[in-house]
Amino acid sequence: MKAFTKETSTVIAVPGVNCDTDQIIPGRFLKADRAQGYGQFLFHDIRRTEAGELDPSFPLNQPGAVRSTILLVEDNFGCGSSREGAVYALVDHGIRAIIGPSFGDIFFNNALKNGLVPVRLSAENCDRLADYLSRFPEAEVTVDLENSELVLPGNLGHHPIVIDAFARECILQGLDEIEMTFTYMEKIKAFETERMASHAWLAR
Amino acid sequence: MAHMNAPRTMLAKIWDEHEILRHPSGPSLLYIDRDMIHEGSFHAFADLKRRGLRPRRPRQIFGVADHYVPTLGRTSRDAASPAIARMIDTFDENMEWGGVRHFGLSSRSQGIVHVVAPEQGITLPGLTIVCSDSHTSTQGALGAIAFGIGQSENAHVLATQTIWQLRPKTMRVTINGTLGQGVTAKDVMLALIAKIGAAGAGGHAIEFAGQVVRDMSIEGRLTLCNMSIEAAARFGMVAPDETTFNYVRGRNYAPNEEEWDAAVSHWRELVSDADAVFDREVVLAGAEIAPMVTWGTSPEDAVSIEGRVPDPSAFDSADKRKAAAKSLEYMELAPGTELSGLKLDKVFIGSCTNSRIEDLRAAAAILKGRKAKIQAIVVPGSTQVKEQAEAEGIATIFREAGFEWRDSGCSMCAAMNGDVVGPGERCASTSNRNFVGRQGPGARTHLVSPAMAAAAAITGCLTDVRRV
Repeated sequence: MKAFTKETSTVIAVPGVNCDTDQIIPGRFLKADRAQGYGQFLFHDIRRTEAGELDPSFPLNQPGAVRSTILLVEDNFGCGSSREGAVYALVDHGIRAIIGPSFGDIFFNNALKNGLVPVRLSAENCDRLADYLSRFPEAEVTVDLENSELVLPGNLGHHPIVIDAFARECILQGLDEIEMTFTYMEKIKAFETERMASHAWLAR
Repeated sequence: MAHMNAPRTMLAKIWDEHEILRHPSGPSLLYIDRDMIHEGSFHAFADLKRRGLRPRRPRQIFGVADHYVPTLGRTSRDAASPAIARMIDTFDENMEWGGVRHFGLSSRSQGIVHVVAPEQGITLPGLTIVCSDSHTSTQGALGAIAFGIGQSENAHVLATQTIWQLRPKTMRVTINGTLGQGVTAKDVMLALIAKIGAAGAGGHAIEFAGQVVRDMSIEGRLTLCNMSIEAAARFGMVAPDETTFNYVRGRNYAPNEEEWDAAVSHWRELVSDADAVFDREVVLAGAEIAPMVTWGTSPEDAVSIEGRVPDPSAFDSADKRKAAAKSLEYMELAPGTELSGLKLDKVFIGSCTNSRIEDLRAAAAILKGRKAKIQAIVVPGSTQVKEQAEAEGIATIFREAGFEWRDSGCSMCAAMNGDVVGPGERCASTSNRNFVGRQGPGARTHLVSPAMAAAAAITGCLTDVRRV
C-alpha cells in the first residue's frame, strides 16, 4: 500500500446522495485484471451520454479535472455492493482522498486498505465547500493526515480528520496489514486451538 | 471493559467470544469461523499468490460459483461470453489450488452463496462469517455475525483466519404485532428503509426483534437480514430460537447428533439479555405495513402499492429533492402517478433476497392457473431449491404461466452473467437494488416481493397482490 501523509489539490465535486458502487464502477467491468488499470472504468456510465460520448457537464470530464486528486461527495457515498473495484477505479484514476458527510462502511474500509483516505466532514461544511468551489474552481484543499487536519480554502477553516488511530497509522506508514497480523500468529493459534476444542464441527 | 455481569446484546456476546485481542488504538482482531468465496474473489487469490501464501484454514472456507454463472446450462461453455466463462474457470482453478471445498457450476449444492450457506448448515448461530459480498448480512438471520468485506480484507482472512474490525453500534428494530395478508419480509424491509433512509443504519448492527420476527420462518428472516445492507447496516441479526434450531438440525455442516445438545445450550445463551441497552431503537407496527414497491433509484424510494410517485419538491432536504428529481427522470415517471397500474416489460423472480423455496411457493400460489402477460423469468436460489420446486410441482406452475424456469445463480440481480434488463425496460424485480443501471445500462427496476412480482406478471403492470 502506498503511504499517505499529506495531499494538496484542486477538488472535483461529484454530486448525488447515495452514490452507490455500481455508479463508481458498473458490474460488467469487474472481470478485468487489476494489471490493466481500473481508472478507465471510473464513473463509466454516469460520465457518459446515452450515445456513449463523454458528457462535458460531468465534473470529471471538465478541463482541469485531470489534475485533481481529491473528490468532494455527498451523503452515503460508496453504499451498496462491496466491490473493491470501486476503490481500484478511484485509486487507478489518481484519486487520493475523498471528502464527504458519510460513506458506505465496506467502501470506507476498502478505501483504507488501498491508501485512499476517506475524510468525514459535516454535510453543512461539505455544502459550504461545494459552494466555494463553484465560485473558485481553482481553490485547493489539503488533506494532512500526519496532523489529522483538513485544510479548506478561503475562510472555510481547518477541520479535524477523524479516523481510527489504527487505520491512520497503517496508512501513514503504508503498512502491510497481513504482515502486521502475522506478528500476532501465536495468539491467533492459541485462540484457535481453544475454539476448535469446543467447536469441533467448524473445521470438519 | 464491560463488567462480566452487565447485560449484553447478542452482538456483544458473539463479538466478545471471537475477540482474540484488542489493539490499543481501537479495533478488535476477530477470529473468523467461515469465509465464503465466489468468482469475484479472484483478486484476493491473486494477492495470496503474489505473497507466496495459501489459505491458512481451508476447511473453514467454502466456495460457491454464483455471480457469473449461466442460468441456461451448467458448464462454463454455456456462459454468455468467453470473458465470463473465464471467471467461472478461474474460480474452479483457485479453489483447487487453495484446497478449498467448493460447489462449482455442476455441483448439486451450487447456488447463490447466501442461499447455499444456510441450506448446507455452513451458516450457524454464534459464528463469525465473512464473504466478499455485501449481502453476507443475510446469514445473520441464524444468529451469527455475518458481514461483507472487500478483496483486501478477504486476502487477510484467507491468510490469517482473522480480521481487524471496529465494533459497530447497535440498533434494535422491533416489528410488533402481525403482518397483514399479502405482506412479507420484503415489504417489512422496504418499509423500514423508506422510514430510516438508505444511510439510516450506517455504522450500526441491526438486531431484528418483536412478534413479527419471532413468528417468521428462517427464510423470511434471511430476507430481513439480507436487506439490512440497503439501510447501510453492515450486520443484520435475529436471535436464535426453536425455529432456528429446527432449521439447522441435520444439515451437512451443522454439529452432529452427539454434539447437538451442547451446541444448542450454548446458542441459547447468545440472545440479548432482557435489559441490554441498544444505541438506537426503531419500532414498526406490523399491521401498518402494506405491500411495497420502489419508484426511484435507491431502496429508500419505497411506498405502498396503493401510493403514488412523490413530488420531489415535497422532500425536506435539498439533496433529496435533487436526487428524487434525477431518479424520476431516469425512471421516466411523473410525480403523482399511481404506482398500481404502471406498465412493465419484465418480471424477475430471484436473487439472494427472494429466491428460496418459500418465495417460489408464494409466487406460484398467485400464478396457479394464470398466464404471464409479459416476459418473466424465475431463477431459483440454489440447485436444491430448483430440484425441490420441481418435485413440488411449482416449476410446472411457473412454466404453464409462461415463466422461463432457469438454473440457479445471481442472474438479473447482479447482471454480471449476461442476464440483463434492456435499456429503457421496466422490470418488477424481487432483488435488492434499484440502482441506476444495476440490472443493465438504462434498466428501470421496481423492487417488490415474490407474490407482488407474480401479480405483476399476470397483469403486465404493478399490481396490489391483495386484489388478484
